[in-house]
Amino acid sequence: MTTAKTMFEKVWAAHEVVPETADTPAVIFIDLHLTHEVTSPQAFSLLRERGLKVRRPDLTLATMDHATPTRTEQVFGGAPISIESAARQIKQLEKNCAEFGVELLGLQDERRGIVHIIGPELGVTQPGKTIVCGDSHTSTHGAFGALAFGIGTTEVGHVLATQCLLQKKAKTFAVEVAGRLAAGVTPKDLILAIIGKVGVSGGTGHVFEYRGEAIRAMDMEQRMTICNMSIEAGARAGMIAPDDVTFAYLQDKPRAPQGAAWTDALARWKSLPTDAGAVFDKSVNIDAAALVPMITYGTNPGMVVPVTGSVPDLRGDPVFDAAMKYMGLNPGEPIGNAPVNVVFVGSCTNGRLSDLRAAARVLKGQKVASGVHMLVVPGSQEVKRQAEAEGLHEVFAAAGAEWRESGCSMCLGMNGDTVPKGQYSVSTSNRNFEGRQGIGARTLLASPETAAASAIRGRVTDPRELLNA
Amino acid sequence: MNPIKTIRSRTVVMPSTNIDTDQIIPGRFLTTTTKEGLGQQLFADWRYDASGAPKPDFILNKPEAAGCRILVAGRNVGCGSSREHAPWALLDYGFQAVISTEIADIFRNNSLKNGLLPIVVDADTHAWLLANPGAELAVDLESASLHLPDGRQVSFPIDPFARYCLMNGVDELGFLLSKDGDIKAYEARRTA
Repeated sequence: MTTAKTMFEKVWAAHEVVPETADTPAVIFIDLHLTHEVTSPQAFSLLRERGLKVRRPDLTLATMDHATPTRTEQVFGGAPISIESAARQIKQLEKNCAEFGVELLGLQDERRGIVHIIGPELGVTQPGKTIVCGDSHTSTHGAFGALAFGIGTTEVGHVLATQCLLQKKAKTFAVEVAGRLAAGVTPKDLILAIIGKVGVSGGTGHVFEYRGEAIRAMDMEQRMTICNMSIEAGARAGMIAPDDVTFAYLQDKPRAPQGAAWTDALARWKSLPTDAGAVFDKSVNIDAAALVPMITYGTNPGMVVPVTGSVPDLRGDPVFDAAMKYMGLNPGEPIGNAPVNVVFVGSCTNGRLSDLRAAARVLKGQKVASGVHMLVVPGSQEVKRQAEAEGLHEVFAAAGAEWRESGCSMCLGMNGDTVPKGQYSVSTSNRNFEGRQGIGARTLLASPETAAASAIRGRVTDPRELLNA
Repeated sequence: MNPIKTIRSRTVVMPSTNIDTDQIIPGRFLTTTTKEGLGQQLFADWRYDASGAPKPDFILNKPEAAGCRILVAGRNVGCGSSREHAPWALLDYGFQAVISTEIADIFRNNSLKNGLLPIVVDADTHAWLLANPGAELAVDLESASLHLPDGRQVSFPIDPFARYCLMNGVDELGFLLSKDGDIKAYEARRTA
């Protein structure tokens, strides 16, 4: 009987308020509750109905991102928010936060942004924490060695009222990534390859731990892209052991522990990584060095091929046949033939500064192809400021791309930014489901580099052709 | 939440694999601040054409779907977004149970918390259900079993606590609130 523990097991054990029994799930304490306008209104209503307060406003942070417009005139210019119901939802969040004493980084706050981008930026995302949000991409925060997962609105209410959740312990799943990514191959390509290999439900019931040389070689923004899409393989959470890269990232963040508290935190954080000899319930091995840029061709994120490859021929498989019909692509056709009408760079997957730099590197001195609409949306107002300080917005403007205020934007077609019916979108977001980016929109998920290269050529393009990699 | 002990109904079959929550209710309908009325938007993009008229070939628009309270879906139903609007829409439409071989984690949790019963069955039972749309089923929550019209009885896994909550029509918040003493004790010793 081994006592070696995985990182997940350590974080879980440290947050058990009441352990699981045969009759009841465990009561787990939540260290950080992030909330936003779309999945919280009914939870605040529940508190009102029951006469309850927010138990720990100090561990709760609200912002607005999903239904929030990205057009400057609607954010800062006093123009009405074009979607009336979105405007009401934003007002409701303002009212709820004021009434319940929850800190809100509101529409014009300079710290506003996509909830999964601002947590790390502020330094509230920390190793060993339990972090939840009414959003499935909460898995992003696992890049710091936090146990972070998406919850529904009823559970948002539970956390608001008690700072706890009833949970059954998940199983563990090691994703071992050997070797190093080649030049021009990005973490987005790696996570798409992982989802393609594990399948869109392969991680159900499990928490991923991404391990191995390729993961250790990544910076924090790259690790966040990996953990972000854990849910696309069915895993509610994905974790990466904290290390010096993590600590260096957090050290100067505004809400990271300071002074003696930092020293104490560091000692705790260093004890988090999985012990040698700990056993995972499941595992998969990926060779990073063998990967090339990847892109999706179908209607779930597991339907992925190398950008240099072809749409597979799986005729007879109903999922494949339905995807071909929806996407208007042909089995066996090179994916490089796929036309491109819209390019979106942004989202909680790829809307951080390094993603914008990567897109700008490809676009510099180039033009977006005639007829292609390219939208670049920073993940937060902080990312926007940093990008503008470096002149990235000028690179995008010179290439003919639009530059907006931060938000979820075209990732999910509920804030006014949508892909027109039937059009092909190469998107750095996380879901290519039918209608995700707009009714009838056809989404191909890829890295910022591939998205930018595809914008220039007007068809799906291997970015290495433009990067001389 | 109404207590659930048994559900008797014919089935509606949607055999697609990976029915994600964006299909169950598209994102543009999420700018609501209530739970009510979402049944109108259930499967909106599969159910209505561009003018908003029902598509006659979509199963929920066929006469045989009327009154059905059990949805049999392809493998991995409810994947994707954590939107609880998905079970709210299914319930508001009139569904009380969803059956599949695999049900995504967040959707399953959200369903249980609203009185929509997620039922995971084995591949053989699933294949039979897919092949026999409109079959009259009886679900007995006490014994956690599904009764097929040919007399077969199939048990399904359900967490005992979730079953207790469903059968008694109580939600989990009351239980969590009753743990206030434990939560206070934890907060006192907490370091993170």
